[in-house]
Amino acid sequence: MSAEAGGTSPRVPLDRADVRVRHEAGLAGSLRGFVARVRAGDLGALPVVVGLVLISAVFQSLNPVFLSSNNLVNLLFDSATTGIIALGIVLVLMVGEIDLSVGSVSGFASALVGVLWVNQGWPAAAAILVALAAGGACGAVYALLFNRLGMPSFVSTLAGLLSVLGLQLFLLGATGSINLPYESALVDFGQTLVMPHALAYALALLAGAGLALSGQREALRRREAGLSAAPLAGICLRAGLLAAVLVLVVWYLNLDRGVPWMFALFVALVMAVDYALRRTRWGRAMAAVGGNREAARRAGIDVRRITASAFVLCSTFAALGGVLSAARLASASQQAGTGDVNLNAIAAAVIGGTSLFGGRGSAYAALLGILVIQAIASGLTLLDLSSALRYMITGGVLAVAVIVDSLARRSRVSHGRA
Amino acid sequence: MMQSAKTQTAKRQIVETQTASDPVRPGELLLSLRGVSKQFGAVSALTGIDLDIHAGEVVALVGDNGAGKSTLVKILSGVHRPTGGTLSFRGREVSLGGPGDALELGIATVFQDLALCENLDVVANIYLGQERNPWRLDEVAMELRAWTLLTELSARIPSVREAVASLSGGQRQTVAIARALLLDPKIILLDEPTAALGVAQTAEVLNLIERVRERGLGVVMISHNMEDVRAVADRIAVLRLGRNNGIFYPDASNQELVGAITGASDNVVTRRAARRARQDPAQQDTTQGATP
Ligand SMILES: Nc1ncnc2c1ncn2[C@@H]1O[C@H](COP(=O)(O)OP(=O)(O)OP(=O)(O)O)[C@@H](O)[C@H]1O
Ligand SMILES: [Mg+2]
Repeated sequence: MSAEAGGTSPRVPLDRADVRVRHEAGLAGSLRGFVARVRAGDLGALPVVVGLVLISAVFQSLNPVFLSSNNLVNLLFDSATTGIIALGIVLVLMVGEIDLSVGSVSGFASALVGVLWVNQGWPAAAAILVALAAGGACGAVYALLFNRLGMPSFVSTLAGLLSVLGLQLFLLGATGSINLPYESALVDFGQTLVMPHALAYALALLAGAGLALSGQREALRRREAGLSAAPLAGICLRAGLLAAVLVLVVWYLNLDRGVPWMFALFVALVMAVDYALRRTRWGRAMAAVGGNREAARRAGIDVRRITASAFVLCSTFAALGGVLSAARLASASQQAGTGDVNLNAIAAAVIGGTSLFGGRGSAYAALLGILVIQAIASGLTLLDLSSALRYMITGGVLAVAVIVDSLARRSRVSHGRA
Repeated sequence: MMQSAKTQTAKRQIVETQTASDPVRPGELLLSLRGVSKQFGAVSALTGIDLDIHAGEVVALVGDNGAGKSTLVKILSGVHRPTGGTLSFRGREVSLGGPGDALELGIATVFQDLALCENLDVVANIYLGQERNPWRLDEVAMELRAWTLLTELSARIPSVREAVASLSGGQRQTVAIARALLLDPKIILLDEPTAALGVAQTAEVLNLIERVRERGLGVVMISHNMEDVRAVADRIAVLRLGRNNGIFYPDASNQELVGAITGASDNVVTRRAARRARQDPAQQDTTQGATP
């Protein structure tokens, strides 16, 4: 060690001292490193982005309405509700568990809002809060069953799927459906509210600036500490690219109505969860519990509390998704949350790159995954295909996503990146 | 949930004030076990174990496969709860409710199976459960400290930002040892810490054990390598079939130790040694000459 360190120049960063590792420097190097990572099964967001481009190309060629601003704005409105549910699924998958009842919980939450707000005359905000709390309570029950009785989440949430659906039907009673008032702020939020155009542009630019600034600060701190850091040009390039893409997207959406506030809420939640997963002790513990539960326990992590937090957050997100989909449809009905909501939410998380085997995933998986799912749904609706065909195709896409996950996992194991 | 979090921080504070206000005196009795036993169903893994660990002392724990060494370490680190017996830390009886309690008391452990998270990188593994700034992880500071710890162990780790899954067995062992050192513990339990290590890294770990002893910490080391044990241990506690089978000092002969470990003076090891001595006296001489 000392001979090596003495041989190389003293300005070599601490983490670059090992001569066996080929460290990629500069922009071309970063690109080579990226290709090597993908080869090793560390796919990241690549398959999703490629899939999204392919899907768009196919549907656009079949029906030119598909990529119109109007259709894309609708697509974003629809994405937000199931996307928020998928965000919760990412959290339970992180700790290596599953929640199969998110559809029912979302339907139950929408029924609760309908009954309390419309039938009982509560303030909307209070009804929403109660619905979210009821969702959280469902998650707390699963956590209790899992932590205290050792019930596999697969079974407890399957039981929950039926019981909560029963609660939803009971709440809605004989009428079966409650219409939400069209003039209300909630329905406005779910159906029409969009960001002012200028604000959307400003936020797009702010995102780029934020990325550049935080990247710069990080690189500076690392260099001061004697560690290697990303090159300045690379940081600026990435930030510039992000800003350019976002501005382009905003411009295209602004040709029609603009960026839906509901989608903005979804993105804000994704960013918050992403920060929590990557930059807090809680997030580290989530990944550790999903990766090796016993090792996490021996490191002094309260694994029960971490698992409970995942279940509770998942059900709460599911309830929020349910409330928003009630707003989107301006009704709380017996059909809410049934059908393909469950599958779509889970599929979105997995397609986005969250591993079913626990310990790997990111909040952005929910965002990317739901865009794929909604693009397929929207494309098939435009083609006027039956729901029979839609189910089969969505199921097929989920199967492909899981196969990619398993193959990538196998490749990671053989390349030592598990 | 709020409630339990509050009581837990309260407990943590008590532990901290008791141990922090009271620096370890040289030779102080740190940890003492009396009549500790552990039952796994019908299997008695440990029966009536007595053991004392003093500050500034290296206690080696030896015994055959399945003798109960790892089980004892897991009891001391709070992973298993003992079925019977008492544990005293610095004169006060304690009950370890979980690994967190042991860590708070200052008992750090390198487990035989290492207990690392393969999906996390080296820095995350070293700091797992102890991250700086819980609401805004200080990655730079953590990475720096990780490099410092690893360099102290003359680790050969290409990158601390690679997942642990990509490391070799010995590199993982080094990471596990680095993790045990992170918290400045009062006692370190090492369950076969050198089993997978190279020559230089083994020497470095033995050096480290001596340095740790000089700093006044208590060390419990499990090893099957009698040479290593003799080189660093102040006392050698032998376990056999889950029971104490004598305390030895490094000047004990190999025969005595092996006898205690296997339970008979006429055993497979002595018979083999005798046979080889008969067959090839010259080789026996050279190996004996090389040992000191
Ligand atoms: N979790 C467990 N459940 C049931 N039995 C166990 C468990 N852990 C250990 N045992 C039993 O306890 C006994 C002691 O095991 P232990 O792991 O402590 O041995 P050891 O001395 O560390 O052996 P080695 O040198 O092979 O590491 C063995 O008979 C083993 O089968
Ligand atoms: Mg063992």
